[in-house]
Amino acid sequence: MLKVSPSPHIHGKESTRKLMLNVVIALIPALIVSVFYYGIGAIIVTAVSVLSCLLFEFLIQKYILRKPISITDGSALVTGILLAFNLPSNIPVHIIVIGSFVAIVIAKMTFGGLGNNPFNPALVGRVFMLISFPVHMTTWPVPKGLGTGYLDAVTGATPLAILKGGLARGQSMSEIVGQLPTPAQMFLGNIGGSMGEVAAIALLIGFVWLLYKKVITWHIPVSVIGSIAIFTGILWLVNPEKNADPLFHILAGGVLLGAIYMATDYVTSPMVPKAMLLYGCGIGIITVVIRVYGAYPEGVSFAILIMNAFVPLMNAYIKPKRFGEEVKHG
Amino acid sequence: MLKTFPTGGVHPPENKLTAGIPIEYLPVPEKVVIPMSQHIGAPANPLVAKGDNVKIGQLIAEGKGFVSANIHSPVSGKVSKIDTAADSSGLKQPAVFIDVEGDEWVEGIDRGKELVRDIKLSSEEIVKKCFESGIVGMGGATFPSHIKLNIPSGKKCDVLIINGVECEPYLTSDHRLMLEKGEEILVGVSILMKALKVEKAMIGIENNKPDAISHLTTLAASFAGISVHPLKVKYPQGAEKQLVKALVKREVPSGRLPIDVGTVVHNAGTAFAVYEAVQKNKPLIERVVTVSGKSLQKPGNYMVRIGTPLSWLLEAAGGIPADTGKIINGGPMMGKAVSNTDAPVVKGMSGIILIPASEAFREVISPCIRCAKCVSVCPLHLEPYLLMTLTEKGMFERAEAEKITDCMECGSCSYTCPAGRPLLDYIRLGKSTVIRLARQKVLK
Repeated sequence: MLKVSPSPHIHGKESTRKLMLNVVIALIPALIVSVFYYGIGAIIVTAVSVLSCLLFEFLIQKYILRKPISITDGSALVTGILLAFNLPSNIPVHIIVIGSFVAIVIAKMTFGGLGNNPFNPALVGRVFMLISFPVHMTTWPVPKGLGTGYLDAVTGATPLAILKGGLARGQSMSEIVGQLPTPAQMFLGNIGGSMGEVAAIALLIGFVWLLYKKVITWHIPVSVIGSIAIFTGILWLVNPEKNADPLFHILAGGVLLGAIYMATDYVTSPMVPKAMLLYGCGIGIITVVIRVYGAYPEGVSFAILIMNAFVPLMNAYIKPKRFGEEVKHG
Repeated sequence: MLKTFPTGGVHPPENKLTAGIPIEYLPVPEKVVIPMSQHIGAPANPLVAKGDNVKIGQLIAEGKGFVSANIHSPVSGKVSKIDTAADSSGLKQPAVFIDVEGDEWVEGIDRGKELVRDIKLSSEEIVKKCFESGIVGMGGATFPSHIKLNIPSGKKCDVLIINGVECEPYLTSDHRLMLEKGEEILVGVSILMKALKVEKAMIGIENNKPDAISHLTTLAASFAGISVHPLKVKYPQGAEKQLVKALVKREVPSGRLPIDVGTVVHNAGTAFAVYEAVQKNKPLIERVVTVSGKSLQKPGNYMVRIGTPLSWLLEAAGGIPADTGKIINGGPMMGKAVSNTDAPVVKGMSGIILIPASEAFREVISPCIRCAKCVSVCPLHLEPYLLMTLTEKGMFERAEAEKITDCMECGSCSYTCPAGRPLLDYIRLGKSTVIRLARQKVLK
């Protein structure tokens, strides 16, 4: 018996699961760094977030949608890890479970599951938690190494909060700079912050992996980081006493985590390179506007969610230049 | 940096298992079946009747209509019937059946092996000879070659492009031909240049055939105006528009032909056929077919007479392995699945590929994750995910506006899709519906 089907007769063997597992692999260096700085809390938060995301997706698929279970596709695993990475490592278990519920059940499954959600599930979960549990979500453990406690960790402010607070008190940059961590500390992650966002070096290693494995293209991360650098660079050049330098803005807070891992979420980002660049610049600009002029010290999550809302519009109106559209000869 | 087309494309495993195997001349079978439709366009009209004796090279069917081609008898013997025969896809086509007897050739065909370099025919005579000899595009498109040699008035051709890319996995028939018939191909290219009145010809060959590149480069030194260009290995570089872009950086506009940007593209195999027709007076009666597959006992490149049953060819290659799940006419990316192994070899058949059952399956379909990989691999810069959705939803006007008819069906999108979505299946459906609706509109 011969099989008959239309071409192509071979497949590249790429799969959703492989792509998702490559994202997980890319996140491992950052996870190691967080355990190294924040100890047992980092492990607890990640485990609770991942398990509850998988469980919620399973329950919805089995008992409400009554569809085949697809939790092994890796997407809920990635959402779980990313949600954990956006949380302080001393956050209580029940809050994580609530965040996972919002991420998976409300932000993902109500829209029809993988591929249909307009907003990044992990970020919806995170922003919900930020608004509902503002104290828990902005109380950051001071990195004390492997011995750092979980719920009893010593807490401190993030670099962005120090900056915002200092400027609010009318201090100038030269006064604030002494309280801020050095770029080297920020590069290695030895600062307060969400457990997965702190170590620039680990996130960049993951970025190289994602590019090497062709999981993502450079367009979104580079445009996010580039637009933040340009915007904050202009502000800094205009008034260096009132504005932090671009390197600080890129290394502080969730810029790298957001640009490399959250803004590049397939489902909620544009399909065409030109649109990707526009989307990335939008994220960068909104982030800086929130950080510099807004009430929150950090704005990456909001910026990505706001730009997520524009993605359907971009997909509808920003088209690739079709082959042969511009006649170059003859 | 090697030349290639700048955006889109994929690189499937090359699997050129037969690249090192010289062309073997296959014995003539006892019976042949000659389909009347071996080219794009109207089927040829048979000129013979049941009981007629025919010789090798005798014209047995005449191309009528604009895009049609002559067909010659590849064997000597007696016409047993004129009937329909199922082609490799199982579709019935009118055909001439011949029982082989003896080995009689039509007079005037030069069967010698010596190279004839002097081109005696004029431009017009060359075009006429190509028409008479039934030459069609040998890469698989089977577009009658004489039409491409007649440049429409008002258009100009300044460079002839020869397609030696062979970007499909497994296929090596052009590769072997370039190695073994290099001089003949170059004379063929010179003939095509003379017919087109161009001074320049560029041969594009992908860099996975370094032996063919260096062989032809050496030989081309003694041919005026012919240059050989190594290309980065990337599918679908053998597609006309992509090859033109890669070699001369010109983009053939949507719905247009290479001549609209001053080029004409012919396949390396066609150049060889043109050489034989013009210099040796030998019509197109045989071709090289790659028979390949991982489990095949004797894969190879076989010179076979047109009309030879596939089963005869497969027998020569060691028989169909027990684990065969699918047989493909052509390459695995664009070829057609074979349902009938009694079907004959035709002019456009560059390879027969046997895929083991363990590889002959479709991926499980899962939801589109909007990874944009289909968009980034589309060589025509379309958005396959969108075209599939528009077709699913029956939104054909929008699909037309999104240029669904530009799709050349290279299959890079389906090949790449991590969710295993049958993008090209839907695009084909959408494309044919859009074309049908457009025709209905014209008729109203």
